[in-house]
Amino acid sequence: MTDGVPEQVGASGAVPLTPRADSAVGDNAAATTPSGALLDGEQAARAPAALGGRGDAVRQDASWRMIARAFVDNKLALAGLIMVVVVALFCFVGPLFWHTNQVNTTFLVNKPPSAAHPLGTDDLGYDVLGRLMAGGQSSLEVGLAVAVVATAFGVLYGVLSGFAGGFTDVVMMRFVDIVLAIPVVYLFIDLASEFKPTLWLLILVLSLLSWLGPARLVRGETLSLRVREFVEAVRTMGGRSGRIIVRHLVPNTMGTIAVNATFQVADAILTLAVLSYLGFSLPPPTATWGGMLENGVNFLYDGYWWEIYPAGVLIVLTVVAFNFIGDGLRDSLDVRLQRR
Amino acid sequence: MISYIIRRVGQAIIVLVGVTIIVFILQHLLPGSIARAIIGPRASALQIAAFNRQYGLDRSLPIQYLSFLNQLIHGNLGYSFKQNMSVDAIVAHDLPNDLLLVGASLVLALVIAIPVGIIQAVKRNGMVDYVATGISFVLYSMPSYLLGLLLIAFFAVDLRYLPAEAPQQPTITGVLSDPAGLVLPIATLTLITCALFSRYMRSSAIDSLAQDYIRTARAKGLGQVAILFRHLLRNSLIPVVTLVGISLPGILTFGLIVEQLFNFPGIGLAYFNAAVDGDYPVVFGVTVLVALVTVLGNLFADVAYAILDPRVRYD
Repeated sequence: MTDGVPEQVGASGAVPLTPRADSAVGDNAAATTPSGALLDGEQAARAPAALGGRGDAVRQDASWRMIARAFVDNKLALAGLIMVVVVALFCFVGPLFWHTNQVNTTFLVNKPPSAAHPLGTDDLGYDVLGRLMAGGQSSLEVGLAVAVVATAFGVLYGVLSGFAGGFTDVVMMRFVDIVLAIPVVYLFIDLASEFKPTLWLLILVLSLLSWLGPARLVRGETLSLRVREFVEAVRTMGGRSGRIIVRHLVPNTMGTIAVNATFQVADAILTLAVLSYLGFSLPPPTATWGGMLENGVNFLYDGYWWEIYPAGVLIVLTVVAFNFIGDGLRDSLDVRLQRR
Repeated sequence: MISYIIRRVGQAIIVLVGVTIIVFILQHLLPGSIARAIIGPRASALQIAAFNRQYGLDRSLPIQYLSFLNQLIHGNLGYSFKQNMSVDAIVAHDLPNDLLLVGASLVLALVIAIPVGIIQAVKRNGMVDYVATGISFVLYSMPSYLLGLLLIAFFAVDLRYLPAEAPQQPTITGVLSDPAGLVLPIATLTLITCALFSRYMRSSAIDSLAQDYIRTARAKGLGQVAILFRHLLRNSLIPVVTLVGISLPGILTFGLIVEQLFNFPGIGLAYFNAAVDGDYPVVFGVTVLVALVTVLGNLFADVAYAILDPRVRYD
């Protein structure tokens, strides 16, 4: 009973595995294990095949915990997270307390800030404060949706390409190069000049243009992961390709994916703002921050600052916040990798 | 080395052919037909048939693609029916203006970003480093037109020092005759490009500083200035070549926005107006051109890197 990996495993299933997997991500064990991947290999090699599943689940859970820990460790990431929460509360909870009509226009146009309209009204008589909330909703929704769709597809594409290797990999990656050769804004304007964007079409097209980055990153990681010992171990134990991909390769690229997805949100919000400014975005009366800016520019010479700067400030604040999170996460995960 | 370059050129050609296929598909995605988009919604079936016959649009798609490709290889980007001009002529007319805008901004951005990046690396985590990082972070997170807008609001509207518009004469001599109008567009593009470069320069200079040859130079007793100029600066210039190559698509995108914001008579503005107008031959012609520049930029970056850095060997 005293020493005994086999005995523990034999006795009560995966339960004793938990503390081991846990401590591996804690700071103490960092010095003892050469790398996270090798640890996975150890686990896979030591645990009988029947237990592999539970072990993997624990590992996956642990990588989320690692990300959560990175937030606590890194002040920059935490600041970014707080900023994002504040902006999200403003956009989604704000309208519950600040009721405005963002569909029908009024005759109270271009009014400077007052008690009734803390940030004034725009040229169609919409309340600017309420419009900032509505515009933020669409911007955040598009940003998050694009990040999720693009990351999911990019990860799948990248892991399949890297895992397949050889000719398939060459063809799949050349396709990525081809789409990357046309700058996003140009490709989008090409499409938008043909089709009138709706919310879903916008998300779809922006995702179609954004999955290339994660696909390349994940493919690169997969190439180096697929020849590691722990993958060999799973294969020897009879694990099929699907299992290797879903349970071992994807979870091990989690750090890269999380960092990249954060930047994706920032990029999508920025691209949406640029496209709205150029007029290729959601049609009125839907509000977007970029669209508000585009509209406000007309009044630059009239000194209607409330129609220009609040939207600009919110865009920059939100993008900076997501970039903070991404940078902070990357630094924390990097440092962790170095410490091992 | 030679075989690496040949392989890399081959890759670039494959990518370019792929781009033409995508653009060809985009053309045929047009709701309705190309003929209807060009000669109008009220054209009769007979007129459409005649148009299709005249421009070879009644042939099978693969044949149409090959003839499209053939035209592109011969340098023919298409014909704008709306402006009654070949796309080549439109591009050739605006190209000098773009070379001026992008070229001047690129040179200025490098002149600013390289020394700043090196100073940041040498005085890492000092006051200068934090301020420069902070500024580039905000610029990087800002939609590019917002920066231009702030510059206009401050220098043109409030102070009235500079015109808010780019020179409005369409030729290069006309543009050059109004240098005051060039200041804000070039300043905007320069600042954005700087933000793009400075992060990269800083980390590249930090990498160089950690290299053995710097330590050797120090051990020889060389002064800080000599180390910075003779060793660090020269070696940090190698990644700059790559950086310029891979930043081209970004710079072209920002260029489009700057041209639109300042009404600068360049290819980007011609492209934007064509997209608003439904002038599809110009839209797709410029798209092919932009993709060509992007691919050539990447190719140049890789090949130049392989030639400049003797440590890199691919075969």
